[in-house]
Amino acid sequence: MQNSNRFHYGVVYGIFAILLLPLLSTALYSLATRWGATILPDGLTFDWYIQLWSDPRFLLAFGQSILICLGALALGTLLIVPTIFVVFYYFPRLKWVMNLLILLPFAVPPVVSSVGLLQIYADDPFPIVGTPWILIFTYFTIALPFMYRAIANSMHALNLPDLMDAAHLLGASTWQAFLLVVLPNIRKGLIVSLFLSFSFLFSEFVFANILVGTRYETLQVYLFNMRHTSGHFTSALVISYFMFVLIFTWIANRLNK
Amino acid sequence: MSQSVNQSSQEMDTATPVSRKKKVSRERWVAAGITLPFFSLFAAFQIIPLIWIVVNSFIYDEEWALDNYLEILDSAFLQQAFWNSIVLSFMASLFAMIIGTMGAYSLRHVNTRLRDFILSFNNMASNFAGVPLAFAFVIILGFNGAITLLLKSIGWLDDFNLYSLSGLIVIYTYFQIPLALLLLYPAFDAIQKDWEEAAILMGASRAQFWRKVGIPVISPAILGTFIILLANAMGAYATVYALTSGNYNVLTIRIASMVSGDVFLDPNLAAAVSVLLVLLLALVTAVNEWLLKRSYHAK
Repeated sequence: MQNSNRFHYGVVYGIFAILLLPLLSTALYSLATRWGATILPDGLTFDWYIQLWSDPRFLLAFGQSILICLGALALGTLLIVPTIFVVFYYFPRLKWVMNLLILLPFAVPPVVSSVGLLQIYADDPFPIVGTPWILIFTYFTIALPFMYRAIANSMHALNLPDLMDAAHLLGASTWQAFLLVVLPNIRKGLIVSLFLSFSFLFSEFVFANILVGTRYETLQVYLFNMRHTSGHFTSALVISYFMFVLIFTWIANRLNK
Repeated sequence: MSQSVNQSSQEMDTATPVSRKKKVSRERWVAAGITLPFFSLFAAFQIIPLIWIVVNSFIYDEEWALDNYLEILDSAFLQQAFWNSIVLSFMASLFAMIIGTMGAYSLRHVNTRLRDFILSFNNMASNFAGVPLAFAFVIILGFNGAITLLLKSIGWLDDFNLYSLSGLIVIYTYFQIPLALLLLYPAFDAIQKDWEEAAILMGASRAQFWRKVGIPVISPAILGTFIILLANAMGAYATVYALTSGNYNVLTIRIASMVSGDVFLDPNLAAAVSVLLVLLLALVTAVNEWLLKRSYHAK
């Protein structure tokens, strides 16, 4: 028994080490003055971070990334929440359509979608390739599965027909019931899904690079375009980016408890 | 309170059934209308692009034709891309599945604090993919990477190339491990701890228990996870693109280079390759469903 326990701890710590190693080395590399053909770096410094955070192109890309993600999430919230309410309350038999639709963004690789998007939205009547708009609309579709699952779960837990009947009986209109009863009750699920979707969208590269590229550079595209600069600099970038995403995931996890 | 409830229900009762019905049906129409912006936007940016791809894969020189597909059959280069994608995805998913299964099983046998910590760390690590991951791997496993040098200096490695198939398998395995663990960990809930004790009490060995009970119960979950990993790896683009600047020949790289490269643009051929990729993913999923139906749980 003692032996088998030791084995299980070994496996768990082993996987932890494997997952941690690339992150740890990148963090160390971003703090190293020089790390040439040796196993450990020569010295430590914060210069790479200072250089990064004073690069206007970096700050611009960072801001643009945030703007696109917030735009997509605002659009998503505005459209998805009422739709889920309508489907659950008026057309509950159509839930299977929604369950099928939310599979699409998972099942179709972004590279495949972008082939069609690139041709359809390059010219009139909607020439939006190369602008942030196409990313906002596309990100809305890929955030849908996350948002739908979380909101639908909260909505499901509500026992919507009874809740709405009660609200109507007390004299509320359907609108009032939706705004004052349903919304406050799904708020937690919605907020958690927004934080998770944010870190997911913030990490998106494929659409951003193929549909827009440097014409409206997001953080991921900036990171890719910096690949020929110093590895220490890009490491500082990777760690800064990862910390930012981490904060959002962490908040989502905390809220979920 | 109860009076006001009675009153309002009385008011509702006095309305004639016909006008109420009309009102309800109008309300349903308004409700359906509210969902319109959602469905149009989803159609415009998810469904119509897919339809465009299918239709245009059958258009060659502005005429209906199968030439795009025939071109794939003729092109050794494109076939190599298919083959590379399949081999890379299969190997990486297999390794990730093995590591994930071991991890998920072992996690049940360590203390709660460590388990919770590893599970939330795993969630975090699943965000570490794509371009940032490729950069991190260059630092540790590139030609002058710290691990490469370390392994070379103790003689475990003579020549490892991160930018080749074996290197890509390593990095693909890495980003699939968190996903595998995430999907497999709950699956082991299906096996109750007392089953193993009961089996051993009745004279079975641990190996017998796993062969006759454990593995049959858990295998649909493992297989399902493998399929998801496979689909995930086949559709992956950012990591291999960032690592090799698009020089390693896999399907997603080919598709992207035919629509956004600067040398050879052919969106209709890209559409045909895309259709085949999606069909391949659909086929894999269908095989999975079929196997699941024949499995232990369905019986």
